[in-house]
Amino acid sequence: MLLLLVGVSLIVFALFALMPGDYYSSNRQLTPARLAELRELRGLDQPVMVRYLTWLGNAVQGDFGFSLVYNRPVTEVIAPLIWNSFLVAFASFVLTWIIASVTGVLAATKQYSWFDRFVTVMLFASLSIPSFFLGLLLIKFFAVDLQWLPAGSMLDTASTSTGIARVLEIARHMVLPVAILTFLGAGSLTRYFRSGMLEQLRADFVRTARAKGLSERAVVFSHALRNALLPAITLLAFELPALFSGAIITEQIFNWPGIGRIQLESVQTRDYDVVMTITIFLAVLTIVGSFLADVLYAIADPRVRLVNRSRTS
Amino acid sequence: MTLESAARPLRPRGLWSDAFGRLVRTPAAAVALGALVIMLLFCFVGPFLSPYSGGEINVRIATHVPTMDHPLGTDEYGRDVMTRLMLAGRISLTVGIASMLLSLILGAVLGIVAGYFRGAADAIIMRVADLLMSIPGLPLLIVLAAILSEMKVAPDQRIYVVMVMLSIIGWPSIARLVRGQVLSLREEMYMRATDVLGLSTWSRQFHHLLPNVMPLLIVVATLSTASGILSESALSFLGLGVVPPNASWGNMISAANSLIDFQRHWWLWLPPGIALFITIAAINVLGDRLRDIFDPRMAR
Repeated sequence: MLLLLVGVSLIVFALFALMPGDYYSSNRQLTPARLAELRELRGLDQPVMVRYLTWLGNAVQGDFGFSLVYNRPVTEVIAPLIWNSFLVAFASFVLTWIIASVTGVLAATKQYSWFDRFVTVMLFASLSIPSFFLGLLLIKFFAVDLQWLPAGSMLDTASTSTGIARVLEIARHMVLPVAILTFLGAGSLTRYFRSGMLEQLRADFVRTARAKGLSERAVVFSHALRNALLPAITLLAFELPALFSGAIITEQIFNWPGIGRIQLESVQTRDYDVVMTITIFLAVLTIVGSFLADVLYAIADPRVRLVNRSRTS
Repeated sequence: MTLESAARPLRPRGLWSDAFGRLVRTPAAAVALGALVIMLLFCFVGPFLSPYSGGEINVRIATHVPTMDHPLGTDEYGRDVMTRLMLAGRISLTVGIASMLLSLILGAVLGIVAGYFRGAADAIIMRVADLLMSIPGLPLLIVLAAILSEMKVAPDQRIYVVMVMLSIIGWPSIARLVRGQVLSLREEMYMRATDVLGLSTWSRQFHHLLPNVMPLLIVVATLSTASGILSESALSFLGLGVVPPNASWGNMISAANSLIDFQRHWWLWLPPGIALFITIAAINVLGDRLRDIFDPRMAR
């Protein structure tokens, strides 16, 4: 795991080293002498390997470099944005899981009914629509034509609201991004619940439960559902990075001040320390998430031993 | 004539024609297949039938609402949006299909090699795959695309580079799937038979293992084409993928970044979005159906 992390950081670092320019070279007003001086100050004149080791040494101590655009340490720049992203991600995470589990299970219990067909169609729509296009459609409809909801950002322009009013204001701005992320996320999760539930409903123990004369309700909800939910625990762990990563495209469209947007912005302004840190941060979360998933799966399902992880993951 | 012979089909049908038959008998899959064929014709044949295929600039009718002459209106240079939609579709579909082929070949070969040889080859290949999979996809694509922008790659070559980028992201998951399949297939009797017959490693891997991984690959191929088209459109929308003067559905939609175009000129960004949605939905429906056909255990 640790090796994987070092590998990831090395690749990402090498990628940035490949870039022909840096933050200073995009500023044409600098004289060559001043340019060299600034680069020396930031250690940009040193060979890649030396820079990587310096960076790694600092990173281990919690120092992820300095944002040249914001003129502050990277961690300070990113920290508030992470929570902005988390806010949206968490809201849509809760909604996604509620909606997906309920619709998935209901659709499975009434397979081939109208409801099931409707769910299946929505599911494919959710898997197939590009997030940015859906975002544009919703903005056009709800924000431009109907003017019900704000088109973007987190607060109204020059907002001075406080207390409850401020909370409501942020909530209003959150509706559209959360709706989109929920719709997009619910697709694959509903499908997962639906097929898991179908599989369980065909299992022998369900037939036994029915033969025993249990009510259909008890069969579905306390026997089948329980087993269908089991593997979903691992998905929870895989969601970990998604909670903090910020949806790059959605944030970009809604102008939401989160991790995804600053990532794109920093690529454009060549503020590489920021992009580096975010990429590494996400990689750490992904690796930890998939490790957690393995562990959780082994706990939830004693038949699986950690040895088979290549098959389960 | 006995009952038995009447019940049996005249000619035994192979795996592939049987699969195709079952595919078109499903209404949803048949519709999806039809939609895809129409979309392909629209993009690859359509431009030859269009009177505006040269992309002539005609500023007098710039950003005009749809008319009989221009069914989808014109863009800010007076170019016909319908024709542009076809040409953009060509690029989007080509990028999707090419990147799928590339990642499929990479993934299949590496997966077979890893699963067949095990040991060091397996360890190296799968560790590299793990590595690539633990860097989140879109951020990695953005970083790669930014490097390209810095290197001033010509717009025409960017298309190829986007394909390569997408397949770098795409192959690890395919390799992992194929490897899993190969690990179980190599224990089968027929693989032991090839060993007894003294067939070469090459022949065992690519004449005997590969065909048996094929059904899986077909399913993966459709789904990865869909995700390739989707990623390309997202990148191009952000201005990091296919860039003008080349049109792709993604960068056509980015017309919506201008407030006026977004609010007043729907014909600039709505049609490419719908085309994108139809294409990806059709591919997903097909892929899903194919999976049911080839892997009955997964059937709904």
